[in-house]
Amino acid sequence: MKLHVRINGEARELEIAPGAVLGDVLRQLGLTGTKMGCREGHCGSCMVLVNGKPMNSCLLLAAKVEGAEITTIEGLGDVRNPHPIQEAFVEAGAVQCGFCTPGMIISTKALLDNEPHPSLERVREALSGNLCRCTGYAKIFDAVRIAEHKLAKASGNGKSTRRPHRP
Amino acid sequence: MTKTAGTKKTSARPEPNAARETRVVGKPVPKVDGLSLATGRAKFTADEIPPHCLVGMLLLSPHAHAKIKSIDTSEAEKLPGVRAILHHGNVPRIAHTTAGQGFPEPSPWDTFMFDNKVRYVGDRVAAVAAETRDIALQALKLIRVEYEPLPAVFDFEEALKPGAPIIHDEPDITSFLPFDPKRNLAAWAKADVGDIEKGLAEADVVVEGEFETHYYAHAPIEPHVTLTYLDPDGRLVIRTSTQVPFHCRRIVAQTLGIPVRQIRVIKPRLGGGFGGKQEILLEDVCAMLTLRTGRPVLMELNRAQEFTSSRTRHPMRMWAKMGVKKNGEVTAIDFRGILNTGAYGSHGLTVLTNVGSKCLGLLRCPNVRFDGKTVYTNLPVGGAYRGYGATQGMMALGQLIDEAARAIGMDPVEFCLRNHIRAGETHPIFRALGEGREGVDMTIASCGLAECIRLGAERFGWKQRRGKGASMPGPIKRGAGMVILMQGSSIPEIDMAAAIVKLNDDGSVNLYSGATDLGTGADTILAQIVAETLHIPVSDVILTVADTDNSPFDTGAYASSTTYLSGEAARRAAVDLLENMRQVAAEALDVSPEKLDVGEKCFYVHGNPRKTISYEALARRALYSRNQQQLVGHASAISHVSPPPFAAHFCEVEVDTETGVVRVVKYVAAVDCGVPINPKLAEGQTEGAVLNSIGAALMEEYLFNDDGRMLNPTFNYYKLFTPGETPLVETILVPTHEPTGPYGAKSVSEISTNGPLPAIANAIYDAVGVRLRKAPYTPERVLEALEAKRKAEHS
Repeated sequence: MKLHVRINGEARELEIAPGAVLGDVLRQLGLTGTKMGCREGHCGSCMVLVNGKPMNSCLLLAAKVEGAEITTIEGLGDVRNPHPIQEAFVEAGAVQCGFCTPGMIISTKALLDNEPHPSLERVREALSGNLCRCTGYAKIFDAVRIAEHKLAKASGNGKSTRRPHRP
Repeated sequence: MTKTAGTKKTSARPEPNAARETRVVGKPVPKVDGLSLATGRAKFTADEIPPHCLVGMLLLSPHAHAKIKSIDTSEAEKLPGVRAILHHGNVPRIAHTTAGQGFPEPSPWDTFMFDNKVRYVGDRVAAVAAETRDIALQALKLIRVEYEPLPAVFDFEEALKPGAPIIHDEPDITSFLPFDPKRNLAAWAKADVGDIEKGLAEADVVVEGEFETHYYAHAPIEPHVTLTYLDPDGRLVIRTSTQVPFHCRRIVAQTLGIPVRQIRVIKPRLGGGFGGKQEILLEDVCAMLTLRTGRPVLMELNRAQEFTSSRTRHPMRMWAKMGVKKNGEVTAIDFRGILNTGAYGSHGLTVLTNVGSKCLGLLRCPNVRFDGKTVYTNLPVGGAYRGYGATQGMMALGQLIDEAARAIGMDPVEFCLRNHIRAGETHPIFRALGEGREGVDMTIASCGLAECIRLGAERFGWKQRRGKGASMPGPIKRGAGMVILMQGSSIPEIDMAAAIVKLNDDGSVNLYSGATDLGTGADTILAQIVAETLHIPVSDVILTVADTDNSPFDTGAYASSTTYLSGEAARRAAVDLLENMRQVAAEALDVSPEKLDVGEKCFYVHGNPRKTISYEALARRALYSRNQQQLVGHASAISHVSPPPFAAHFCEVEVDTETGVVRVVKYVAAVDCGVPINPKLAEGQTEGAVLNSIGAALMEEYLFNDDGRMLNPTFNYYKLFTPGETPLVETILVPTHEPTGPYGAKSVSEISTNGPLPAIANAIYDAVGVRLRKAPYTPERVLEALEAKRKAEHS
């Protein structure tokens, strides 16, 4: 069947199997920053933004996102032009193995888009669908705080935090 | 400074590792792979799948113990898209161990790719390679297996009784170590130091107890995953989530009966291992499927299989006894234990010996006895797991220390300060318990434990918190507990690491190393060490690592060895290169080499900083103009000692006496890891290790039914801490300088795994006066213990 979506700003028409989950569809497009850690909707490493909302792409049928705007970790930035949240995770030491990191960053993006200055309790709540086995979370919370400041500074400078999508 | 130039021979010798000012070592340099990971660009095993790749899947045993009477694959083979099916009837029968250890592995060779018998629920029965996941799943359902169920044994002690079912009765298994499979004994180890009876007799007080640790999982977020394919020359390439690329290559060659030269193992980015990926679990089967089909094959454990069919923490039942005098002197420690290795003996001996060597040497005590056995049962298989025996042993010893101090009315902090091993001291247990060989005598060269205890107690507020929360009004009580710890850094006289450093046109270098970064930051640490040694920025170090074709040998990422040993190899290789560069610089500047000092990416003549040559200029000279050569440095490192890092952990808990729920409200870990090469990464290792074990202490546990089937192989019922409820850990790094380590470093990754089980138990005791001798400390167990205490008080 056909699926029409915008992925990281680009309109796509895809041929998908009716039972395919969004995570597999994205990974087959080469967007492998979306990880599959459990395929049960528990670990959050497959998280992507669907119309701005963080969702586990491992359980979400691709057919259900017809017409949606999908943002994956690749849509936020790349090594040459990283998103401030991505920079913040590196600065804070919040990246160890890095397998959960894309999902964590997607959840952080969804949070900070809606609440630029969340309390620690809100950060905990917003990330609670993402498991990390390496860090003990302390440095991930630091990263969200650093990202908050980076984003506030960028918007204070009148700079857009939306990154242009590379062709 | 490297002022010892002279001839090439002497200059290749590593410079002495004296403490000195550093530029990049000791700094929180960002992880070299941080941005590629954070942007989702870094490639893990499953992220680069070649075209026409088949999907490999395992058929697993539904029985805890059974003979396979027959396997009929004819229906499955007829299914379009099925390309190969493997089972015991069509693969070579070669005994080996899945434990990725040095050769010869100190684990019994008791495993076959497939066997005609299954020994636990989740054991391998067959494998399928098919065009798609769906076809592979269908094919698994079409394989008809006739089992003859056998009596099974699940309890440590039952397994040792005469008449117990024999789990390994096959004649073709071997071990060069103590091994008696007819009695379900996978290994045993004993050590006797001093005179234990005399020591116990001298004691004013003897405390003792039975303790038990449980089955729990590594639970890396990336499950075990392997991709195999044939390169254009027909060589087998294994791209895999492994901590041990070189052991993987050797063991797959053995298991498949093909030469090592036919195999290349590549470790891409790795999504966490914690010891679980020090194991050859999928690689042999996946490789066999590729050899049979000529096609690329991807195999990945699903989350349930990751729980049941990878590896676990070895559970242990322990009986420990400690004699102390009223003045706090420890006169005897008697430690007996049975380690449950499950159906296969992977790491069964060495985890056991580490229970003794990493715990019993922690205290000054002349009379120590260790008596350990490792038994087979029909349950999931134990393996290497961060902490490696010290976690189990400290669960018991850490509680006994608290009990002993209480028994003589001494603060445990004072007790630990009085009794811990110090720099300049040794302990006979180090020699008595080795890892498949005799142990190694070792004098502690660096020990910051006293400082860890003092600083940790101060930051934690030990005096204010201990003994104060039991009288809180209401059902919730607070308590504080502490524990001291040690681990090792590499396996002495066994582990080896090598490195090569090559100079490029622009003065940058390539580092070739077999070290395996499993998310710990090892690549960053190695880059820092090379950058420091050569006086170049970290960004000038380009890494080629963990690829058996392109890296020199390294035993792998285990035994807390990477920073200490692979780091030392990298440092020596960089020193070797620097001395070779010095010769070229001397030639170019027309001075003798010993007249040259090293500056930022340059050499200059001592006392004449304007007479200088940049690394770029000397590289170009060597590559293009005079006395042409590729400048390169190489070195190997082995260690003759295993310098322990030390730690003191402090923990405060809240115990709800109505529900039994225990909550960690404060946790401080003070760690002496020598010089932390990268403090941010060292903190991260500590925080992650502590949280892993707080989870193990409070909620993570395999639940089995009466048939040995795990009931909760999903994150839904096997809970890891989420960001929502996680306690936060405070880390204090207490630097010392370890003279045998690169820039004074020791290990840091494992030690803090060992703190939470005893520290939390001690804190629970402080809060409510009950001792939890069986982990995890679930609400049920806490309530049970409180109930038993109430009954005892009323009778």
